[in-house]
Amino acid sequence: MSDNNKDTPLIEIRNLHFSRGGRKIFDGVDLDILRGKITAIMGPSGSGKTTLLRLIGGQLKPASGTINVDRHNVPELSHRELYKLRKRMGMLFQSGALLTDLNVFENVAFPVREHTKFPESMIRTLVLMKLEAVGLRGARDLMPNELSGGMARRVALARAIALDPMMIMYDEPFTGQDPISMGVLVQLIRLLNDALNMTSVVVSHDVQETMTIADYIYVISEGKVIGHGSPEQLNKSDSSWVKQFIHGMPDGPVPFHYPAKDYLEDLISGTG
Amino acid sequence: MISWLRYLGRSGLSFFERLGRGNLFLFYILLGLPTLILRFRLVIQQLYVVGVLSLLIIIVSGLFVGMVLGLQGYNTLVDFGAEESLGVMVALSLVRELGPVVAALLFAGRAGSALTAEIGLMKATEQLSGMEMMAVDPMSRVIAPRFMAGIISMPLLAAIFSAVGVMGGYFVGVGLLGVDTGAFWSQMQDKISWSDDILNGVIKSIVFGVVATWIAVFEGYDAIPTSEGVSRATTRTVVHTSLAILSVDFVLTALMFE
Ligand SMILES: Nc1ncnc2c1ncn2[C@@H]1O[C@H](COP(=O)(O)OP(=O)(O)O)[C@@H](O)[C@H]1O
Ligand SMILES: [Mg+2]
Repeated sequence: MSDNNKDTPLIEIRNLHFSRGGRKIFDGVDLDILRGKITAIMGPSGSGKTTLLRLIGGQLKPASGTINVDRHNVPELSHRELYKLRKRMGMLFQSGALLTDLNVFENVAFPVREHTKFPESMIRTLVLMKLEAVGLRGARDLMPNELSGGMARRVALARAIALDPMMIMYDEPFTGQDPISMGVLVQLIRLLNDALNMTSVVVSHDVQETMTIADYIYVISEGKVIGHGSPEQLNKSDSSWVKQFIHGMPDGPVPFHYPAKDYLEDLISGTG
Repeated sequence: MISWLRYLGRSGLSFFERLGRGNLFLFYILLGLPTLILRFRLVIQQLYVVGVLSLLIIIVSGLFVGMVLGLQGYNTLVDFGAEESLGVMVALSLVRELGPVVAALLFAGRAGSALTAEIGLMKATEQLSGMEMMAVDPMSRVIAPRFMAGIISMPLLAAIFSAVGVMGGYFVGVGLLGVDTGAFWSQMQDKISWSDDILNGVIKSIVFGVVATWIAVFEGYDAIPTSEGVSRATTRTVVHTSLAILSVDFVLTALMFE
């Protein structure tokens, strides 16, 4: 099948522009996400990482630019085509986004029940396999509110891979995790990517963890890609922007302050 | 003055913008309805949540409203020596007016606010976004079944309210105040017509069902996805539904019983 052509990127973003509430979030972003690889997109909080994933998933429409996912330009797809494409995309939300009125088993079974007519015995086997893959087969009867943050994310991961998607997008998978579940997640992302032959997009601001698992990294800030390359290349980068981010320096080209009028003037004026 | 005008203009605009969004939203729900027929199980689940769980408050309130009607009606009618018409009076008030209206107001407080809070929380916790990304349309999976369940429940709840209310009126009128049982029932049977009174009452309650559930699911779906946003949306549901029900009721009554 030509769709599985290894040479073309799975996701190709060109000249992406997007604004929200009068603020430019993306101002001409180009990036490629290669098949079978783990690509990380890093940037400070508020730089639009979640927004980028939503644009790729077609939940938001860009002002201009193309977002090709497996050669479909997402912003131009009809409702039906978009939903068809989404069946082949998995997304792991920051919060897990588990359905709170269903237990773990039913959460993982949810997409299977919605999209297939598999008999119950097959659904059971499939769900248990996916839960086993994330190490939570024993937790199948728990409700989402009985899970720790790390477990909820793993359940959401099992759900995201339930229909064997071609790709999976992780929104801040490491944020707020204790060191052990962090390690578990890092391992799982790598394992699933390689074992299921998927493409992974990891969005994060945790530099260390991301550097250890990503094959390729894009750094975005202020609506632009400010650097990209393999982790080694980025480590050696001499761009002051990239250095500031990778080494976590508080001030630099990326300002510490949110844009504001002059400090002294602000103090004196006494209003607003 | 200028700033006041500007404020007025802005709130006017935002009102119409919301109204527009609400209508668009209704349109998408209606698009989602046909596929529901294939998955009626979803509606049945919601009928339980929206309808059955509202039963208690409907029955208790219906009983008390009927009993009050019995008392008040008796006191008025007895002056004219017409206490035999108590049955008609109680039943007419309930079937035409109080059944649909009060049941809808109670429905807004019990089921409508719960619907808004549930959908708003699903939005705030990204469950709706999550569904979209799983290629499950929340419009047809979450919103449409709840909407349908509300429309089906409302006339049934109103009918139960009226029936229980008549029983309440009977207890007070016949049981306590000594109105003649036969007169109570036979006059009611004579004077209340299916086509005018009962049918119109049912039409009213269906319209109220649409209005109340539409507002409830829209407020939830449109809520600002934070805990504060959801709580404000819940309050708005109750306030807006009550106002909408009462004003629609006036219009419908004017059209039906002129
Ligand atoms: N619903 C929204 N409405 C308006 N602005 C938003 C909304 N969601 C996010 N933003 C803004 O878009 C920017 C990017 O947000 P986001 O993509 O969540 O950043 P990140 O995930 O990188 O932390 C932020 O500055 C945020 O204030
Ligand atoms: Mg984010």
